[in-house]
Amino acid sequence: MPKVKVDGIEVEVPQGATVLQACEAAGKEIPRFCYHERLSIAGNCRMCLVEVKPGPPKPQASCALPAADNQEIRTDSAMVKAAREGVMEFLLINHPLDCPICDQGGECDLQDQSIAYGRGTSRYDENKRAVTEKYMGPIVKTVMTRCIQCTRCIRFAEEVAGVEEIGAIYRGENMQITSYLEQAVTSELSGNVVDLCPVGALTSKPYAFEARPWELKKTLAIDVMDAVGTNIRLDSRGRQVLRCVPRINEDVNEEWAHDKTRHAVDGLVRRRLDKPYVRKDGRLVAVEWDDAFAAIAAVNAGSSVAAIAGDLLDCETMFAAKALVNALGSSLLEGRQTGMDYDVTNLGAVAFNSTIAGVEDADAILLVGTDLRHEAPLINTRVRKAIKKGARVFAIGPEVDLTYKAEWLGNDMGLLGGLPDRAAEAMDAAKRPMVIVGPAALKNGHGAALKLAKDGSLVRTLEDGTTWNGFNVVHLAAARMGALMLGYAQSGGIADILAANPKLVFFLGADEVDFTKFAGATKVYIGHHGDKGAAAADIVLPGASYAEKAGTYVNMEGRVQRGDRAVFPPGDAREDWTIFRALAEVLGVTLPFDDFAGVRAAMAAAVPELGREGLVRFDWNPPALDAKASGTVTYPVTDFYLTNAICRASPTMQRCSAELVHGQDFAEAAE
Amino acid sequence: MLADKDRIFTNVYGFQPWNLDAAVMRGDWDNTKALLQLGPDTIIDRIKASGLRGRGGAGFPTGTKWSFMPKAPKPDRPNFLVINADESEPGSCKDREIIRHDPHKLIEGALVAGFAMRARAAYIYIRGEYIREAETLFAAIAEAYAKGLLGKNACGSGYDFDVFAHRGAGAYICGEETAMLESLEGKKGQPRLKPPFPAGAGLYGCPTTVNNVESIAVVPTILRRSPEWFASFGAENNRGTKLFQISGHVNRPCVVEEAMSIPFRELIEKHCGGIRGGWDNLLCVIPGGSSVPLVKAEHIIDAPMDFDGLKAVGSGLGTAAVIVMDKSTDVVRAISRLSYFYKHESCGQCTPCREGTGWMWRVMERLRTGDADISEIDMLQQVTKQVEGHTICALGDAAAWPIQGLIKNFRPEIERRINEKRGGGMSPMMEAAE
Repeated sequence: MPKVKVDGIEVEVPQGATVLQACEAAGKEIPRFCYHERLSIAGNCRMCLVEVKPGPPKPQASCALPAADNQEIRTDSAMVKAAREGVMEFLLINHPLDCPICDQGGECDLQDQSIAYGRGTSRYDENKRAVTEKYMGPIVKTVMTRCIQCTRCIRFAEEVAGVEEIGAIYRGENMQITSYLEQAVTSELSGNVVDLCPVGALTSKPYAFEARPWELKKTLAIDVMDAVGTNIRLDSRGRQVLRCVPRINEDVNEEWAHDKTRHAVDGLVRRRLDKPYVRKDGRLVAVEWDDAFAAIAAVNAGSSVAAIAGDLLDCETMFAAKALVNALGSSLLEGRQTGMDYDVTNLGAVAFNSTIAGVEDADAILLVGTDLRHEAPLINTRVRKAIKKGARVFAIGPEVDLTYKAEWLGNDMGLLGGLPDRAAEAMDAAKRPMVIVGPAALKNGHGAALKLAKDGSLVRTLEDGTTWNGFNVVHLAAARMGALMLGYAQSGGIADILAANPKLVFFLGADEVDFTKFAGATKVYIGHHGDKGAAAADIVLPGASYAEKAGTYVNMEGRVQRGDRAVFPPGDAREDWTIFRALAEVLGVTLPFDDFAGVRAAMAAAVPELGREGLVRFDWNPPALDAKASGTVTYPVTDFYLTNAICRASPTMQRCSAELVHGQDFAEAAE
Repeated sequence: MLADKDRIFTNVYGFQPWNLDAAVMRGDWDNTKALLQLGPDTIIDRIKASGLRGRGGAGFPTGTKWSFMPKAPKPDRPNFLVINADESEPGSCKDREIIRHDPHKLIEGALVAGFAMRARAAYIYIRGEYIREAETLFAAIAEAYAKGLLGKNACGSGYDFDVFAHRGAGAYICGEETAMLESLEGKKGQPRLKPPFPAGAGLYGCPTTVNNVESIAVVPTILRRSPEWFASFGAENNRGTKLFQISGHVNRPCVVEEAMSIPFRELIEKHCGGIRGGWDNLLCVIPGGSSVPLVKAEHIIDAPMDFDGLKAVGSGLGTAAVIVMDKSTDVVRAISRLSYFYKHESCGQCTPCREGTGWMWRVMERLRTGDADISEIDMLQQVTKQVEGHTICALGDAAAWPIQGLIKNFRPEIERRINEKRGGGMSPMMEAAE
C-alpha cells in the first residue's frame, strides 16, 4: 500500500493504483480526456500531467504512472498549470469551436475543462484543420473535425464491444478516427461511444439537434428491452422522452447500455394506443372508456377469466391484474407468452444465480443454447472480461459470433449428458465453474443442465467461505422474474390456460402469443403499442409504457429495482393499475388498493421480496427433472433490433435492423 | 587520425564484396563459437568495460542496457533482441553503409549480443526505403543460415538463435524503440507509454532490448580485440570509434570511422577536405542529426566530437550525422524544412506533438519569409517549450530543439527579415484609421 503526498496531503492508495487515482483519493481533480476507468490506459491526451518527485524534471502523465511509496505529487504548481494550459491550447487550435451548433454543448468535457484549465485566448492565427465525416452506422453521427484523437472509441470497440472496427488512419495532425472501410460498426453496443466521446465528434444520430441537456428533465428508470435490468436515465422534454442514457451500476450494467436500450425510445411516440377500442363488425372502433368497460362486462365471464403477461411489464401492473383475476375467482395467470413450460417450482433453478458481476469471476463457462451477444449483450461483455482474466468458454448450440473465442462443442443438447473431454476437464478443474443456460435450452435441456449442476457441483463453498452458485439461466423478458414471483406460471404453460377455455382473457402487453388458439375467448389487450396483440384483440385498453409509469422490475438475477415516471401516457391512455382498479368497479369486485402506494403496499404484503429494492437470493433447491436431453436448439432472437412492440415502432431500430441484420445498404450521399 | 589497423568497419566503402566469403576474409565469423564460450555474463562485463555507449543517439551504456534483461527467461516469455535499422534521421547514413557493405558484422553481432542477453531471436527492423540494403541483408542472413552460423546450434555453440529481418514501411517514428515494437507486432507504429520499459515487457510482451545497428555491429570486434583496445580511443566516458557522417557544405562529404572525441576541425580537415570556401565561410553545424540543436561556427570549431563535448556547447552527438552549413545557407529555411519533416513524421498519438509540430512549422514558414510579427518569435519559443517534455516519446523534443537552437543563435537574422518585410524601418509604420 504505497503512501504518497499530493499537494501536501498524505494518502495511502492500493497497490497498483496510478498517480491519477492517488490524486483523486486526495480530493484533487485531474483533468483528462483519454483516460477512462473501464478502458485501457492510452496516456495520449497529456491533459493529466502532474509534477512528481522523485522523477525527471518534467511533468508526468498521471494516468499512466504507478503510484509509488514516498512520491511527492504536485497538482497545483506553476509547472502543472503551464502544462495544462499548453495542452489545452494545443487541443483547441484545431478544434472548430462550433459549440453553438454542437450537440455535445453543455455536456462537453472540452468545454468544461477549457474553462477550468485553459488560457482564455488562443494565439493560433493559422487556418484550422477540417476533417471529412465518417460513416459509423445508424446510431453514431460523426463530426470528425471536432475530434481530439483521444482514442476512447477505438479502445471501447476493441476491448468492451469486441469488434475491431474503429481505428485511426494517417498520422500526425492528419490522424483520423474512422470505422473499417467506413462501414457501419456492427456492434449492438455502438451507442456507448457517444457517451465516451469527450467532445462532439461522435454524437447520437437519432438525437441530433433535438435538445440541449439543460432543457431536459432527467428521470431515473429501469430498462425493459432485456432481462438485465439496465439502469437508465430517461431525458424528457414536455411529453416526450428524447433520449435514454445508462446510469452507473457496477452490479448490473457498469456504465454501458446497448443500442436498443438507448434508441428504442423514439418508438414511444409512434404507433401508440391512445384511445380504447372495441371490435365492431370485424373492425376496431375507437370508443370511450365507459363503452370499453361495458363491452368487457357484457362478456359476463364470471370466473372464467385469465391473464397473460407480456415481456415489458412492471410488477405493479401484473399484481393489479392478478388481484382482479383472483377477485373474479380465477387463478389462470401465465407470463411465458410464447408457450414455454419449464419447471418453476424452485426459482433458483431458473435464475441467474452467480449474479451478473459474478460472471467475471468464473474460470470456466459453459454456454448452453444461448446467443448471449443478442440475448443479453451486457452479460456478454462480462464473459469477455472473464476471458481476459483467463476463463475458458465452451458453448453448445449453433455457432454464432459472440465477439470472443468460444470453443463450440456442437449443436446437440445430448452433449449435456456427456461433455467432450476438453470441456469436462476444464469444468472439473475450475474453481468457479459456470453454466449459462439460454432460453432456447430450457425446453429440452433444463433437467440435464440441472443434473450437470449437481454432478459438477456448480454450487459449492469457496475457500473464503462464500457460496458460489454457478448455475445461471438467461431470460429475455424484463418482466419474467417478476411474473414468476407473482405466480404468473401454470405448470403446463399457456396450454393449461387454453385447456381451461376461459371466456375472457386479458393480454397485458402480450404480443408474442399465438392468438389463433384463443379464438373462442374475448380477448382484451391492455398495452401501449398497436402491435400484434392489439391487432388480434376484441377490446383494446390503452396503457402506459415503461417510461410513463413508476414500476418495480426484477432482473434475471433476482435484483428488485424501481424506476420512476418520466412522462405521462398519451391521449386517453392510463397507467395500467388504474385500469384494473376501474374495471373492478365495473365488474363488481373490490380490489385492495385505491392508489399507487396502496398497490405497492399490497404487493409487498403478498410477495415481501418485491417490497424491497435489492438482490433477492432464491433458495437453491432444484427439482428433479428428466435429465435426458436431446435435439438441437434454435436461438429465439432472430432480429436483435425488433424484439418487442416498442422497438418495432421505432424508426431507429427499424433502420438498424435493415442495415445491420438484413444488410441493406444505406450509404449516404456526400454533402 | 585513426590508423587503418584500428578500423572496425573495414569495408564501409564497399571496395570488397559484402558476401560471406569476403566477410570471412576480413575476419568476421572467425571462431564465433569461442566468443560465445565466454559466457553471457563475461560478454556483458567486457562490453561494459569497453565503455561502448549506444550509437543510436541517446548514448546509453550498451553493456548496462543488456544487463537489465532477465537472467533466466521463462520458456513462454523468451528474451528478444531488436536491432534498430530504421535509420531515418535526416543526415544519418551509417547503418545503410554497414548493411550494404558489411552486413555480416551486424549478423554476427546479433548472434553474440543476443547470446549475451539470453535472447531467443533477433529482429532487424530495416527502414522501408532501404530496398537494396534490405535485399543484401536478407541474402546475408540466408548465407549465414546456410553455413549453420545461425539457427539451431548456431556456429556449433549449442545455442539456438534466429535472426529475422523485417522491413518497415517508411515511418520515421518507427525508429523510436517502442513504436518499432508496435510496428513489428503488426500494429500502427506509435510509441508506447513507459514504464513498462522494453526490458520488462517489450516485443509481444516479452523482455526486449532494442539496439542500434552500429552498437551491435561493433560487438564481435570489441570482444576479439579486447575492451581495453576499444577504450583506448576517445575521451573518458566517450570511448571507442564511431562512424561519422559528414554532409553539407564541405568539400568532400563522407562517412568515415574515427576515434570519438576528435575535434571538429580535425575531422573536417582530415576527411572532408575542409569547409567549402574556407573556415571563415562556416555558418553553423548540426552535429548529430536533425533533432539536435545547431551550433554556431565559433563554438563548434574546436569542440570534441563526442557525447559530453557537444553537450557542453548546447547540442548533442546524436547519431554523429554532421550537417555543415556555410554562409550561403538560408538557415531559417533550413530549420523550417526540418520542422516540416517533424510535422510530417509525427505519429499523431499525443496532443502536444500532433498539434504543436504543425503549428511550429506554419510559424517557421512565416518567419522564413518575414511575414510575421517580432512577438511571434517569443510565442514560437513558448510553443516549443510547451511541446518539449510533454510528450510520450522524444519526437516532440526533437521537433522543438532545432527551433530553439535557431532562435538562440540566429534571432537577429529572423528579426531582420521581419523588419525588411515591413519596409526596413525598425518600428512598424503607423496606419491611418480607416
